[in-house]
Amino acid sequence: MFDVVIIGAGIVGSSIARELSRYKLKTCVLEKGSDVATGSSKANSGIVHAGFDAKSGTLKAKLNVQGNIMFDQLSKDLDFPFRKNGSLVLCFNKKDIQKLEELKEKGDRNGVSNLSVLTKEQLSALEPNLNENVEAALYAPTGGIVCPYEMTIAFAENACMNGVEFNFNTEVTDIIKKEDSFIIETNNGRYGSKVIINAAGLFADEINNMVSKEKIEIKGRKGEYCLFDKTVGSLARMTLFQLPTSMGKGVLVSPTVDNNLLIGPTALDIPDKSDTTTTREGIEEVIDKARLTLREIPVNKTITSFSGIRAHAVKDDFIIGEASDVKGFINAAGIESPGLTSAPAIAKMIEEIVGRILSPSFNENFNPIRKGIPRFREMNNEERDNLIKENPSYGKVICRCETVTEGEILNAIHRPLGARTLDAVKRRTRAGMGRCQSGFCSTKIVSILARELNLSEIEITKFGGASYLLIGENKELMNP
Amino acid sequence: MEEKKEITCIGCPIGCMLEVTLEYNEVKDVKGYTCLKGKTYAIKECTNPTRILTSTVKVKNGTTNMVSVKTIQDIPKDKIKECMDEIKGLAVKAPIHAGDIIVSNVAGTMVDIIATKDVPEHL
Amino acid sequence: MVEHEVIIIGGGPAGLAAAIGAREEGIEDILILERDNNLGGILNQCIHNGFGLHTFKEELTGPEYAKRFVEKVEEMHIPYKLNTMVIDVNKDKVITAVNEEDGVIELKAKAVILAMGCRERPRGAIHIPGSRCAGIYTAGAAQKFVNIDGFMPGRDVVILGSGDIGLIMARRMTLEGGNVKAVIELLPYSGGLKRNVVQCLDDFNIPLKLSHTVVKIHGQDRLTGITIAKVDENRKPVKESEEYIPCDTLLLSVGLIPENELSEKADVELSGVTGGPIVNESLQTNVTGIFACGNVLHVHDLVDYVSEESILAGKNAARYINGKTFDEVFIEVNTCDGVRYCVPKFINPENITKSISVRFRVGDVYKDKYISIYFDGHREIHIKKRILTPGEMETIKLTEAIFKKYPTCKEITIKVEGE
Repeated sequence: MFDVVIIGAGIVGSSIARELSRYKLKTCVLEKGSDVATGSSKANSGIVHAGFDAKSGTLKAKLNVQGNIMFDQLSKDLDFPFRKNGSLVLCFNKKDIQKLEELKEKGDRNGVSNLSVLTKEQLSALEPNLNENVEAALYAPTGGIVCPYEMTIAFAENACMNGVEFNFNTEVTDIIKKEDSFIIETNNGRYGSKVIINAAGLFADEINNMVSKEKIEIKGRKGEYCLFDKTVGSLARMTLFQLPTSMGKGVLVSPTVDNNLLIGPTALDIPDKSDTTTTREGIEEVIDKARLTLREIPVNKTITSFSGIRAHAVKDDFIIGEASDVKGFINAAGIESPGLTSAPAIAKMIEEIVGRILSPSFNENFNPIRKGIPRFREMNNEERDNLIKENPSYGKVICRCETVTEGEILNAIHRPLGARTLDAVKRRTRAGMGRCQSGFCSTKIVSILARELNLSEIEITKFGGASYLLIGENKELMNP
Repeated sequence: MEEKKEITCIGCPIGCMLEVTLEYNEVKDVKGYTCLKGKTYAIKECTNPTRILTSTVKVKNGTTNMVSVKTIQDIPKDKIKECMDEIKGLAVKAPIHAGDIIVSNVAGTMVDIIATKDVPEHL
Repeated sequence: MVEHEVIIIGGGPAGLAAAIGAREEGIEDILILERDNNLGGILNQCIHNGFGLHTFKEELTGPEYAKRFVEKVEEMHIPYKLNTMVIDVNKDKVITAVNEEDGVIELKAKAVILAMGCRERPRGAIHIPGSRCAGIYTAGAAQKFVNIDGFMPGRDVVILGSGDIGLIMARRMTLEGGNVKAVIELLPYSGGLKRNVVQCLDDFNIPLKLSHTVVKIHGQDRLTGITIAKVDENRKPVKESEEYIPCDTLLLSVGLIPENELSEKADVELSGVTGGPIVNESLQTNVTGIFACGNVLHVHDLVDYVSEESILAGKNAARYINGKTFDEVFIEVNTCDGVRYCVPKFINPENITKSISVRFRVGDVYKDKYISIYFDGHREIHIKKRILTPGEMETIKLTEAIFKKYPTCKEITIKVEGE
């Protein structure tokens, strides 16, 4: 019997798991994917929002601002990349400058600090590649960027180090409410728990509706993105939003923490919540809209396009709290933008609720510090040399585009919640994220994974499930 | 019995479409060629088409899993499948040197299959 | 910091030939830096035959061709470091490299030869929409799995791109038991050799669908199929022509890109057309003492020409070390009317011994046209070509004698002409 079972190992579930690991609680995370951050947390804008956008008085507004403030410390403690690069909301029409002022007022009300409206002249010095037609912008110095999956991995690893159990490939199929506990049925056995936290992202409605009469509905809203080579990553310094125009909601243009350039997303409600396909129309729309922001979109420097799905709650705010009709069942549902920014604050809020229900004592062994995988590409030569002397596998470069060494890949495989798939290695080390998109390193990483996990190459997958990369040895398929 | 065959000349990037008239497997006429290479190719391709076959063979105890191999000369085109069947399931022991005979007289063609690279022993 | 006379980045066909060229010209102190665990580069996985007809007058497989050069390098006792990745080069010719034994090493060279080769264009770069499932590989990655590691990446295969690598992989997958359902080509013609179309596709009844492209990728975990469509004259897919092909594997052979990230760190100027450095007749880049050759300079279709070009780069690096300079620019070579680019871009006739090979590619298929070369507006060369195709690199030799005829020439222009 667990004290707490968290359903979902996205950024919300992982933040909560880490927060609860401060206590003497027997906690377990159930995740249907093969790794953490395989749903919405894997594919989104990676923005730490300042907090001016959400409607004042909503949970979104409150938790966004609270969450934003926590990033400096968290990124240090958990060693994930975070850059406070600031953000701009661009206005393309003199008539709309008033709307910027309104946005600023809303931000002030929400508690966002240091907002200001900048003129065209001020902007040209800050962002030299902005399009001519930009008239003014709302500047938020507290806006930032993170890598959303690296952040999720950091929280989950720290939770794991502090005693939280993670079970992957485990899909919840039913929940039965008992007197003071729950029975959770999965494809992977039965779990008992006193408290359940529903952090199931896009599928949080299904989980909630298994036990609560207060039905919720989560819609999948797809967003497509294009990612560009690092050589054009500096075209934008800040995260550049567009003030909605008569043409609709705009797209953002932003550098990423890894210095690529990201543009997107589109917004399309989709019936199938697992449909992460990209479309020609979507990619064209993103590029077209981004042309409003920057003078030039370097289409020939695209390295990949992808899409992510936001978990949009029909009632348009986060759904956080104990279900009124099911004691011990706590929702953290409908977490869409600014969900990534809010996640640490959501975790705090859940911690309070769990504290009230279970009154746990502190885990005196809790260690808030998590050390990430050494980033060879970011070191100076002396640091690199020392690392190689200590462990020669850091002298063997496997991914040439991102300069990722075998040492980093081995570290990714053997650390807590270690990588077992090609994509898991990629998300932990960036091997295969570069301009060749794993053309050169995938074959090498497959054999490293096979060797280290004592599996055959044929058993290695791209991201778990049936995503096999190889189907057999040469000549096995030949007709007799 | 007259028979007509259409083939693409491989002599140069033009890729002339050659129409070959055969009678009892003998070339009676070639049409469509624009240089002599085409005519020679058409006759060879229609009476005795041959290919070099290249593939890989499994290696035991080597520094790599596979050794690349080839038929040392052309083999009849219709023997390709038989040759592949013969090297299927074959495994050779390292060390291997380029030029080593891997299969002699493959599929009764009187042609040997040889290694095309060195594979040192894994120590 | 250890100093060397010539440092060559890359131990593939270009780097090996460059090393041999430099040694033949008398340079003792040469070092080749190779990132892989053996010399020979991509040739090691190109196990098919057809290499070396020009150089050795016989048909070799890739590994055999590489071996000839590796053996020569060994015979000449030219030192090399394997498993060594160069992570930085600057314009002062200081090279930073890493490997397991030495850690981080800084080397200073009098001359650097860039010979890093090229990489394949990935799916993202050509915006194929659809799922991001497993089962999509570049042709080169699939070739490595099959030819080096001995594993089949799939059963039912479609190949996008009919350049030589795509064609060769169609045959390889078929011979090893795969079912290659089609090769899809965006252009109205194949970029590969006729011989490969016949021997890799026709021999195995694999259809070649010209003027088609992949418009959607289907599959949740592993690829289950693709949708293809005809393209119109603007290369836009025609909706009504869409067709679904069930398959578990899609191989991409959609272009090669010279790999010049290191060159850029050394401030080497690149051509927007080739993606490779802009060089003069001596294969020197805009940075004095940095030379480039092989596929890092421009993508070749025959390795024989890579070797020829790279030997020249090696020899010129040697001449540079022996005191010759290649910095003065006399003639600029421009291309237009169907000719996309040429290498070299600048020629100083004084540095030409006997003749110089000017290599270029056309942008379309031309039948019964002329290649014309103008010296300051005067048509000096006019050669009838039965066929010109983008897939086939053209070479024209310009002799010393021609340059003597135009002592004041400032510009050479290469074009395709009707008559």
